Amino acid sequence: MSRRVGLEASHAAAEAAKMANVDVIAAYPITPQTHIPERLAEMVADGELNAAYIPVESEHSAMSTCLGAAAVGARTFTATAGPGLEYMHNVLYVASAMRLPVVMTVANRALSAPLSIWGDHSDAMSVRDTGWIQVFCQNSQEAFDMTLWAFRVGEDPTILLPVMVHFDGFHLTHVTEPVILPEQEKVDRFLPNFHYPFALDPDKPMTLGAFAPPDIYSEAKVAQEMVIRKSKAVIIQVFKEFGDIFGRYYHPVEPYQTQGSKTLLLTMGSFSETAKTVIDMKKDRGESVGLINLRLWRPFPFEELRRAVKDAETLIVFDRCISFGGPGGPVSSEIRSALYSEKEKPKVVSLVGGLGGRDMSAKDFEYVIDRGREVAEKGSEELYETVGIRDKVSGIRG
Amino acid sequence: MEIQSIKFGKNLVTTEEFLAEGHTFCTGCGEALALRLACKALGRNVIIANATGCTEVCTSPLPVTSWRVPWIHTLFENTAATASGIEAGLKILMQKGKMPEKDIKCVAVAGDGGTTDIGLQALSGAFERNHDFLYLCFDNEAYMNTGIQRSSATPYGASTTTAPAGKLSIGQTTWKKNLPEIAVAHNVPYVATASPGYPFDLMNKVKKGADVKGPAYVHIFSPCPTGWRHATDLAVEIGRLAVETGIFPLYEVENGRYKLNVDRPRLKPVEEYLKTQGRFRHLLDEEIARIQEHVDEEYAKLKAKVACFAA
Repeated sequence: MSRRVGLEASHAAAEAAKMANVDVIAAYPITPQTHIPERLAEMVADGELNAAYIPVESEHSAMSTCLGAAAVGARTFTATAGPGLEYMHNVLYVASAMRLPVVMTVANRALSAPLSIWGDHSDAMSVRDTGWIQVFCQNSQEAFDMTLWAFRVGEDPTILLPVMVHFDGFHLTHVTEPVILPEQEKVDRFLPNFHYPFALDPDKPMTLGAFAPPDIYSEAKVAQEMVIRKSKAVIIQVFKEFGDIFGRYYHPVEPYQTQGSKTLLLTMGSFSETAKTVIDMKKDRGESVGLINLRLWRPFPFEELRRAVKDAETLIVFDRCISFGGPGGPVSSEIRSALYSEKEKPKVVSLVGGLGGRDMSAKDFEYVIDRGREVAEKGSEELYETVGIRDKVSGIRG
Repeated sequence: MEIQSIKFGKNLVTTEEFLAEGHTFCTGCGEALALRLACKALGRNVIIANATGCTEVCTSPLPVTSWRVPWIHTLFENTAATASGIEAGLKILMQKGKMPEKDIKCVAVAGDGGTTDIGLQALSGAFERNHDFLYLCFDNEAYMNTGIQRSSATPYGASTTTAPAGKLSIGQTTWKKNLPEIAVAHNVPYVATASPGYPFDLMNKVKKGADVKGPAYVHIFSPCPTGWRHATDLAVEIGRLAVETGIFPLYEVENGRYKLNVDRPRLKPVEEYLKTQGRFRHLLDEEIARIQEHVDEEYAKLKAKVACFAA
């Protein structure tokens, strides 16, 4: 029987790793990720989970240890946040390029300085091009589902890529919500044992991680690009299989009340749920608004996004990260670029907010939609605006 | 091909080569020789995690490889952590019945830069967590792969490209970081120093380190004709001179018990060693005397430890 229990997203992710029967966990504590490794360490200590829990001395070593474990064929899991993700940045590229399917939760956190332990998407955006498959979660149930799904996609023998599951620090990591935990039998049906085809083995010696002279490096990188692009078909297929087994269907781009809506708001992660309530309120008032929840961040779902927004007049993209000196929030510039060549496309407005744990209430999202519409109609001297700033420091002019 | 062993005195050495011919190490490289001997001592049932550096670059240019044993390179600074994952992964997979039980040695290979500088934190962590692995540091006393830049293992007075001897400088102005003692301070069960100038001693220590339960560390002196500016036929001789002068004593520490493996009644003067290499050519008598004094002092300390914590 499946069970409906109260879990914070952190413990939901830990439950998923347990039900996936992970072999190796290597993690270093950092707020707000701590509840994930703590729960897993507890499961190992109590014999609920038979795994090697390696309390490494840094995030750099956490990811490096995961590489070694995955290279001998172990199902491998880790979790980090903000500065920890930055500290292992170098190693992230190696995981994807060496095709080692590690699964990692990122409890999204702001980057120093000033020091902030609270949430935003600066960490996620800084690892955009590391070659990992990346998804965002809206709630604890999704934290469970996406973690399980991540193992299956990453370990697909035609893909073999690491997967990052992003969920918001504190707003999800520390918030208890109802979560449906499935039967182990269903999990086992969804997620077969991991067989790594290139495992290090004295009976079959292989050289992994050789260096590439200039006449080979480009081909190696293009091969990597080909596989992550190809992974989208598998991602969608596994979303479907997940839905067929567990009854919850996910999509790379998830439209909400977008049918016939003139103005669309695009968000990622837990803020999408708050935004949905605002969409409902505005719909009740007769306003023509809808929401796009962008779930899949890498590989970027170009076709799905274009399809979802093509009939809208305005697309307000809400970023939780500043691209310093750049053209706007990183997500908005990505979306502008995805739509540039389209004949029919909405006007894209870039707004930034929710930095370093700043709450975004329903009222704030009302402002985001109203202000976004205004900018789309009248234009703005600014490349983008940061909402909720107390003085006029946000007067950014392009 | 039939694998044979050749008898040298009391020792048997396999004729099998696990580090294949065709690598691109410099002519007369002491590290290549030491690595080849270490591989013979380790045998076939091994997984090697290699840090970025001379050994990695000279043995693994895509699309070819010199490795006849399973080998992985990920980065420069993280080899002990990668090895930690390999060791823990193998252990849990065997325990869970996902892999047949086998005795596979997990070995990390790195240079002095990858060990004494950028990889020290990862190494300390792996020692402290008590992984069952052997760490081999091939010490050629500078960043040779990138062009002879100084490391914390570069000896006092040596001229390197980032601590060059000049009108106002003798080159390196700090004493060599003592990594074997740092390993001992972690209370790991086996620590040893070795040199290709003493091939059987080196092979015995590598074998011992691989067989011991828990972390083991072998620090291997690796003469570098390119970086040290010595003749290409001198690697073995310089390896011996370093021991005979007391500059690089051969010792092992088993469970905290010290043993000096080569103990000459009288050490040769350090000058005999220094004059073989261009990197020390600029040193004046006064500096050589300082080095002599330091070596005498360090050697006496080591002897005192041997006397105090004898095996």
